[in-house]
Amino acid sequence: MDLRETNAQEVDDSGWTKILRPQPRLLHLPLRELWRYRDLIWLFSARDVATTYKQTVLGPGWFILQPLMITVVFSYLFGRMAKFGSDDIPHYLFYMGGLVPWQFFADSITRTSNVFTGNANLFSKVYFPRLAVPLAALLTNLVPCAVQMGLFLIGLVYYVLNDNPFTHPTWWVLLTPLIFLQLGALALGIGCTVSALSRRFRDLAFGLKVGLQLLMFGSAIVFPLSRLEPDERALFFLNPVVPAIEAFRYAFTGRSLVEPWHLALSAGVSLVVCVGGLLLFHRAEQDAMDTV
Amino acid sequence: MVVLRLEQLGKAFRLGEIGRRVFFRDWRNKLTARDVLEDDPDVYWALRDVSFEVREGEVVGLLGANGAGKSTLLKLVSQITAPTRGCVKLRGRVASLLEVGTGFHPELTGRDNVFLNGVILGMTRREIAAKLDEIVSFSGVEKFIDTPVKRYSVGMRVRLAFAVAAQLEPEILAIDEVLAVGDAAFQQKCLGKIGEVSRSGRTVIFVSHNVASIESLCTRGVVLDKGRLAFDGTQSAAIEAYAATRGGRTTDLRTRTDRLGSGEVRVTAVELRDSSGRPVAVARSGDELQIALHFTRSAGATFPRLAAQVTITTYLGAPVFTFANWLNGDQFGDLPEEGILVCRIPALPLPVGHFTIGFRISAEERGRRDPFDGMEAAADLHVEAGDFFGTGKLPPLRLGVCLVRGGWKLEHQSRPAVA
Repeated sequence: MDLRETNAQEVDDSGWTKILRPQPRLLHLPLRELWRYRDLIWLFSARDVATTYKQTVLGPGWFILQPLMITVVFSYLFGRMAKFGSDDIPHYLFYMGGLVPWQFFADSITRTSNVFTGNANLFSKVYFPRLAVPLAALLTNLVPCAVQMGLFLIGLVYYVLNDNPFTHPTWWVLLTPLIFLQLGALALGIGCTVSALSRRFRDLAFGLKVGLQLLMFGSAIVFPLSRLEPDERALFFLNPVVPAIEAFRYAFTGRSLVEPWHLALSAGVSLVVCVGGLLLFHRAEQDAMDTV
Repeated sequence: MVVLRLEQLGKAFRLGEIGRRVFFRDWRNKLTARDVLEDDPDVYWALRDVSFEVREGEVVGLLGANGAGKSTLLKLVSQITAPTRGCVKLRGRVASLLEVGTGFHPELTGRDNVFLNGVILGMTRREIAAKLDEIVSFSGVEKFIDTPVKRYSVGMRVRLAFAVAAQLEPEILAIDEVLAVGDAAFQQKCLGKIGEVSRSGRTVIFVSHNVASIESLCTRGVVLDKGRLAFDGTQSAAIEAYAATRGGRTTDLRTRTDRLGSGEVRVTAVELRDSSGRPVAVARSGDELQIALHFTRSAGATFPRLAAQVTITTYLGAPVFTFANWLNGDQFGDLPEEGILVCRIPALPLPVGHFTIGFRISAEERGRRDPFDGMEAAADLHVEAGDFFGTGKLPPLRLGVCLVRGGWKLEHQSRPAVA
């Protein structure tokens, strides 16, 4: 390398499109790049929807069967045998109203929590913003969620037409998309955190399974909050899933103890968890392929 | 314009299991801010202190033995993993082709997979849709484009995948050994496409074990050796430097018992050399090859007219040719007690493949049927692609186990004049 060339390079040392360094910026999310790869997010999720139920007899019928069966079992176990009650809401609407948002939340966590281990082969061969994978998973989950929402609405229409005295949809119905947005964001944050950490420590995958099962009972899916003492109830409302699910029930039946500030608080917590999870995930993706 | 610059690039991997011990040690080191990578025996440096830059339109061939760090370097450049030290500076988009058909889903149709694979490589759906016809016709699987890929043969999959990759239009293209798959015709097609990419002014970084493809495609060669930059220069100089890092290949024969002869002369080793006498590991078609037979002579034995011959056989044992000093009349004179007999083949007439070298040492006065020493398959001879015909082309092994030079011309039939 001669001197002239060296000089020329020094002048040239600017205007790089990208500089890859060992320690990336801590507080940085590749949002612009994700936008450029939006087609990838879309196609990943289309692929997952198209291939999940290949080689099954019932196909997408499972979207419908699964919540129906759980609703029947819950209604029998917790409604009839244990008599937890349902705030007088028809059982179908009460349990489905809890299960539709809960399933979306729980499935979203499961699907976003093993991104690095589940895609190691792909990730070690080509670069794209890794966040495309969990985002696509969320999008994929909206499909069964929409189907189950339809099931729930059919039941709702039935009870409203029959003038059920405990089924009065409120204007909160308009908040439904925001409720799912919040649950999605919270799930994404948790899932991404687990993804980021479990690339080195698989323990988390086991912990997550147990945690989700326990969290369902802590999220008031199978009993109404009115069954609890007021100070116990306050504790439950600290769980950011509870206000979202209760808001969903309130929106469609008009019966719940949720208050707007509960919802605001849980939305705030969800946002923090989501951003934190995304940051952790982005940091992990730099060298995830070395440790998987 | 410099489009890619590596500055003191280094990459360390941790060897072995990551268990409780590593977890706690890592945290302790983090808290005490100790830099342990340097002297940790469990840390392996795949790449160390590599700096070079690549200008717009250059086609750089990366050469190096297995484990030299070529693939790691490509992974760093294509952002699959982050460096441990130093940095990579890029101007423009990078697309990497480290594997053909990344992300293909067997249940989806060929068409769906074209889109999926394309967006994974960084294209948009609109771009792919615009080029779909071209992709499908380049791949040659038109009839099966709406069939699930799981019903494709391996060859069809590879062709379809490369057809997608061929449509990439990044400023920098990183390619790893993808040509190893597919048949010869397909490889030619791929090489042609890569050449086209470079002529359109884009930059290509190309890893290959195939020295001939590096020679014909690249304008520059970079040699890595054990993670460090060993050479950077023109592609032909790089190929020589690469041969030097691989070292020579000497087959020790002292412990072999499968030999003939009375033993007054014993060949102790077979060594391969290039035209300048440097030891090499592999021979190249069309290049000079020297086969050096190291020998010892027992004291007191003299033979003024020594006859030495080598026979090259295919891997299956069929002789390809024999060359001996009694054929061309070369004389050695009196032998020292230790020495080397060098057989020079000016233009090796062998196609790419594996061959073996056998030899026989005898004396004219005693008769060649009563040798001093002889051995079949004494050493392996690996031949890699070279420029035997001056065109860079070679016939495959199945069309013949040796090469000849010659010429072709057309003669018009001259009819006898009608009387």
